[in-house]
Amino acid sequence: MQNKSFVPFTKEMKKDYTILVPNMLPIHFKLIISVLETYGYNMELLDYAGPEVAETGLKYTHNDTCYPAILVVGQFIHALKSGKYDPHKTALIMFQTGGGCRASNYISLIRKALEKAGYGYVPVISFSMAGIERHPGFHLSIKKMYSMLYAVLYGDLIMSLVNQTKPYEAVKGTADSLAALWTERLGRQLGSGAVVRYSKIKETYKKIIKDFDGIPIKKRDAVKVGIVGEIYVKYSPLANNSLEQMLIDEGAEPVVPGLLDFCLYIVNNVFVEYRIYGRKKLLYPFARIAYKVLCDKKDYISRLVKKFSNFNPWVSFDKTVKLAEKLISTAVKMGEGWLLTGEMLELAESGCTNIVCTQPFGCLPNHICGKGMMKPLKEYNPNINVIAIDYDAGASRVNQENRIKLMLFNALRTQKTESVKELITT
Amino acid sequence: MSNNLALGIDIGSTTSKLVLMDGNKIIYSKYQRHLSRTRETTAQMLRDMVAEVDVSACRVAVSGSAGLGVAQSSGLDFVQEVYATGETVSASEPDTSVVIELGGEDAKVIFFKGGIDERMNGTCAGGTGAFIDQMAVLLNMTIDEMDKASLKAQRLYPIASRCGVFAKTDIQPLLNQGARKEDIAASIFQAVVNQTVAGLAQGRKIDGKVMFLGGPLYYCDGLKKRFCETLDLNETTAVFPEYGLYAVAIGAALCANKDKSVTVPSIIDKIASGSDQKSGADRLLPLFKSQDEYSAFAERHNIASVPARNLDTYQGNAWLGIDCGSTTTKLVLIAEDKSVLYSFYSSNKGNPVELVRECLVDLRQRCGDRVKICGSSVTGYGEELIKNAFNVDEGVVETIAHYTAAKYFQPDVDFILDIGGQDIKCFKVRNGAIESIFLNEACSSGCGSFIETFAKSMGYDAKEFAKLGLFAKAPVNLGSRCTVFMNSSVKQSQKEGATVEEISAGLSVSVVKNAIYKVIRAASAYDLGQRIVVQGGTFYNDAVLRAFELELGKNVIRPDISGLMGAYGAALHIMHLNKSTLLSKEELDNFTHTSSSAVCKGCVNQCPLTVNRFSDGKMFISGNRCQKGAGLESTSALPNLYEWKREYFKSFKPVKGSRGTVGIPMALGMFELAPLWYSLFTSLGFEVVFSALSTRKTYERGQFSIPSDTACYPAKIMHGHMAELVEMGIKNIFYPGLTYNVNEGASDNHYNCPVVAYYSELLDSNMEQLKGVNFMRPYLSLDSRAELLKTLYPALNAFGVEKPELRIAIKKAFEDYKAYTKLVQKQGEAAIAEARKSGNRIMILAGRPYHIDPEISHGIDKLANSLGFAVVTEDSVFHLAPVQYVKVLDQWTFHSRLYRAARYATEAPDVEFVQMVSFGCGIDAITTDELHTILESAGKHYTQIKIDDITNLGAVKIRLRSLLGALEDKENNAK
Repeated sequence: MQNKSFVPFTKEMKKDYTILVPNMLPIHFKLIISVLETYGYNMELLDYAGPEVAETGLKYTHNDTCYPAILVVGQFIHALKSGKYDPHKTALIMFQTGGGCRASNYISLIRKALEKAGYGYVPVISFSMAGIERHPGFHLSIKKMYSMLYAVLYGDLIMSLVNQTKPYEAVKGTADSLAALWTERLGRQLGSGAVVRYSKIKETYKKIIKDFDGIPIKKRDAVKVGIVGEIYVKYSPLANNSLEQMLIDEGAEPVVPGLLDFCLYIVNNVFVEYRIYGRKKLLYPFARIAYKVLCDKKDYISRLVKKFSNFNPWVSFDKTVKLAEKLISTAVKMGEGWLLTGEMLELAESGCTNIVCTQPFGCLPNHICGKGMMKPLKEYNPNINVIAIDYDAGASRVNQENRIKLMLFNALRTQKTESVKELITT
Repeated sequence: MSNNLALGIDIGSTTSKLVLMDGNKIIYSKYQRHLSRTRETTAQMLRDMVAEVDVSACRVAVSGSAGLGVAQSSGLDFVQEVYATGETVSASEPDTSVVIELGGEDAKVIFFKGGIDERMNGTCAGGTGAFIDQMAVLLNMTIDEMDKASLKAQRLYPIASRCGVFAKTDIQPLLNQGARKEDIAASIFQAVVNQTVAGLAQGRKIDGKVMFLGGPLYYCDGLKKRFCETLDLNETTAVFPEYGLYAVAIGAALCANKDKSVTVPSIIDKIASGSDQKSGADRLLPLFKSQDEYSAFAERHNIASVPARNLDTYQGNAWLGIDCGSTTTKLVLIAEDKSVLYSFYSSNKGNPVELVRECLVDLRQRCGDRVKICGSSVTGYGEELIKNAFNVDEGVVETIAHYTAAKYFQPDVDFILDIGGQDIKCFKVRNGAIESIFLNEACSSGCGSFIETFAKSMGYDAKEFAKLGLFAKAPVNLGSRCTVFMNSSVKQSQKEGATVEEISAGLSVSVVKNAIYKVIRAASAYDLGQRIVVQGGTFYNDAVLRAFELELGKNVIRPDISGLMGAYGAALHIMHLNKSTLLSKEELDNFTHTSSSAVCKGCVNQCPLTVNRFSDGKMFISGNRCQKGAGLESTSALPNLYEWKREYFKSFKPVKGSRGTVGIPMALGMFELAPLWYSLFTSLGFEVVFSALSTRKTYERGQFSIPSDTACYPAKIMHGHMAELVEMGIKNIFYPGLTYNVNEGASDNHYNCPVVAYYSELLDSNMEQLKGVNFMRPYLSLDSRAELLKTLYPALNAFGVEKPELRIAIKKAFEDYKAYTKLVQKQGEAAIAEARKSGNRIMILAGRPYHIDPEISHGIDKLANSLGFAVVTEDSVFHLAPVQYVKVLDQWTFHSRLYRAARYATEAPDVEFVQMVSFGCGIDAITTDELHTILESAGKHYTQIKIDDITNLGAVKIRLRSLLGALEDKENNAK
């Protein structure tokens, strides 16, 4: 049994504490932070990505723990030690999901590491949808949850549009600055104050899409490369050595499935528990409603994208589930579980057959849902050109780059032999 | 000359290759090792080319793993090397179905049939040219000699091929035990073959016309032979083309941009002058800022020395200590005043017996009648072999030998760190007894031999290389990682323009960081101790010593006999003797030693034995796990719950039934739930057939369908069990999906680990053989009879099983399972009682239920028995302790048992806790730390043993004996 005592984040702390946030999804997290700041929290996204992060992490966690845990611990402790913050006026926040993967232990590992480093008094707020721990100073109201949901949707939309624009923009940096502009604006929109009406949000979607569609671009001819994998490594530039940027630099267009799909996956797991084992009877009806609402919201954005721009819309989640079921049972629910397989199929189905499957070295669920599904994946669609890349504190960038290059060469071979020449010419 | 010329440059991790082509004709080619000086070497090769061939301008493309950086910095076109190979083969031998290419540090397989599929080894994979190089160094042979020797092999030893470090752990003991070099050489090549086939083919069959490319496959006939035998190829299906070395370079030339001709001088200029980008971030402070600083440092360390006396003038008694380590052998002869009369330190050169014999002959000669050797003692990996060969009086565990020696220099030493050729050992000492021991696990041993091998690969000798680092301005930060990763980091830093000096210093720092943060897992210097003695050959390296002091922020003692401490301690240890059995001069003159190999047929483990025969007819057998192999009767029947469980599982005999046969793989979670499923299916009228307990063969049978080479061995071996059942002709195979394990109510949740839970998915997707059978893998719940009924019913309905009978069968199955767990607990209690009665120590050899598989635990249970421990499992004793509270989320059933079993060990003074951890077990990264804390805070030892497909029992034995030694020490002190 776990010893459940921990340092709580109290109401008093709310006044003058700085809450440090690890950097997983730059756009989404910035949005969430700007929402929470309107409630009086003083938050800061940790963006330091030097080699000391991993090194500090290795020092305070078991070295065989997954890379995301090492990085998060490293980023926190490095920040506490930097002198930039008063450790006695600092708290940490960690987003996590539960489940049978060791990732559910991140909070415990962070607390153990803090203790080892002499910061046992620093409160760690666990931010999870299940909301297991009670922190008096950090209460999630319905209103906040509502804002958070739209932060995820906005985040997914902007991330997707940035990726679809960046490789082609006529003036480098246009997409990124537009994204920054919107992030700031949206934070204010979703913040405290009156509840924003859905109609207003719908209007905003349209504006965002049109704004990005208006960016002057060159010819859209880059090869598309999907990124799937363990959630932290998939999204965090710190963990995946800026994979998105690397692909863009190589002249490819990264396609990254959104965070809402992961939320839907969590909700869908409730159905599976109910259907297979007859569990979660009470939660089930609510999960049904949540599922429908989330899907509708996602599909709505998709429709807008299709209507008002030349960008590619998202695949609906129902489809992702159906595709996954062709190869794997949806009962596989640890880590990214069946969603990982589903996303690879979804990408291929929507014409993006080149895929980088990212995972921390020795990631247990990915043995099954990632590497374990490569064979049936290729049998299902021989055009799929997938490469699994392990990320670790000691993995060398040259190796990773070289393997990604191989994938790109093969991508171009199948796409159009002509452009191999373009890739060769660096 | 025609303007159809194309130049292909392939810069790999160890060699540069160039090819100049005129259309499809090669008009010039060159191959050269670059010793990490990639740009200089390649530019020089091009200059040589210009001198020979009349070429002014050509098309050009660069390829290869190191070529990527060169291409970037010089602005030349780049082609990925696997792609390039594909181009070459398609152009030259279009009917090829598979290409296998081994490079310096990469291995690649390309499938051509049914859509091109290209694969490269992942980041953790050895079995390449660099690996073969390392192994040759280890055997003290050139590649050529090793290759020739391998052709004369008589047998093959299993050698881990996952990475060089693992393989080394397997080969060292073989060498030390006297195995034939011919056999080892062939085994090394076989390991490379296994790695390539299992790691890269991943379930795809290699057949048709297979082409072999790359340096090692071009040069090594022994390797070719092993590939052909393993893949069952003949002269027509195995192709070793003349251009094997140049396939990538040719491919690059073929891909070179048709419209872009460059003058050769400008290519040379671009390559030679292209400056690598410096990242600037990954650098460390210099080890020494000035010569003065170094002098002060050297002076301080000169103080810790042992007086030496001249053996040729000394008269009186003397004692001999021998330390036969993994890579080096050390001898020390001491006088009555503990001064050193004679010392010897040399690399084993692959034959420690001969080395020690030469020394002893020399010693006996010089001693004459003047010096009487009153006692001799031996320690280290080769302890038993040397002891038997030369009638050495006593063997002493390494840890005790080192502690004895360290005490001479610092009587109240509280921390000893020994970094040897292959291992890192550290002990904490409290109140005059060894309190805890840390040894590096097989995967983190970036130790002395690593620096040595690395130095050699860069063209330096180890000493010279180490010195280079002392005054490096900005040492490279290489992190604390295992060898394979470190290689990659070095490659990376070379690409970024690091100098040899900076790399040397960086490696020294890495070794230190590895020891402190990976092995000892200390967060601060204070954790280690106040009076620290460092030793082992690696600390002769001033750069390592300095890095250690800087990292700790405190000064330590390095004895001047740092590399001889084991031998010196062994000698001190034996000073109580006054008459020795050591071979005399005459006996030494007549000494002969031959070794041959055999396989023990004593039990399922089938240990490969090495039989050593000595001149006096004496025999020494090594490689055995238990007494049986050594030709002895089992000493006594100490309780062994592992053995008991294995026997008990044999009682699940198939009972013929009306509903046909169900095959169940005896692997992973089945070691817990077999009693339940056996009962359930038998009472429903199925004949239940379990696969047999694993052997190495089981693994080999299924290894070709394993998709993820970093999964744990217990999972990988599952493939073999499934294959076995299919081959037996069984049509129904049952292995359910179990997200949840049984709920014992002592944990926050009751999950299985992701691998145990969902391995059925992976098997179904990756094993072709399963297509022809009914693989039943429903997702089940064991939480209640009702839930099991609900989840199992749909799967069995096809057999006409109805709910009422299933309900009854489930009820009985749960009862039988409960009875089984109770029985295990009763056996545990009985074992403890019996051990206490006979005064034996008790060991909880903890792990997971599947660790009882003899192929997974490699007979460690029997080894513990032979050391006098009664062995119990975690699930046979955890019920004796209350629920244990831990700091981490305790949501796995098996983990919870571990925590409680550890709690029990803290409460019983005669019970020790040893944990087996499978390599790649992600969730054990969480348990190990917690268990360590539980035990340590109660003043108990925590011993962890990492196991994988092949486990070096020699190292395990040292570990367990050290534990024993520490326990005895503690008891003696208490008296």
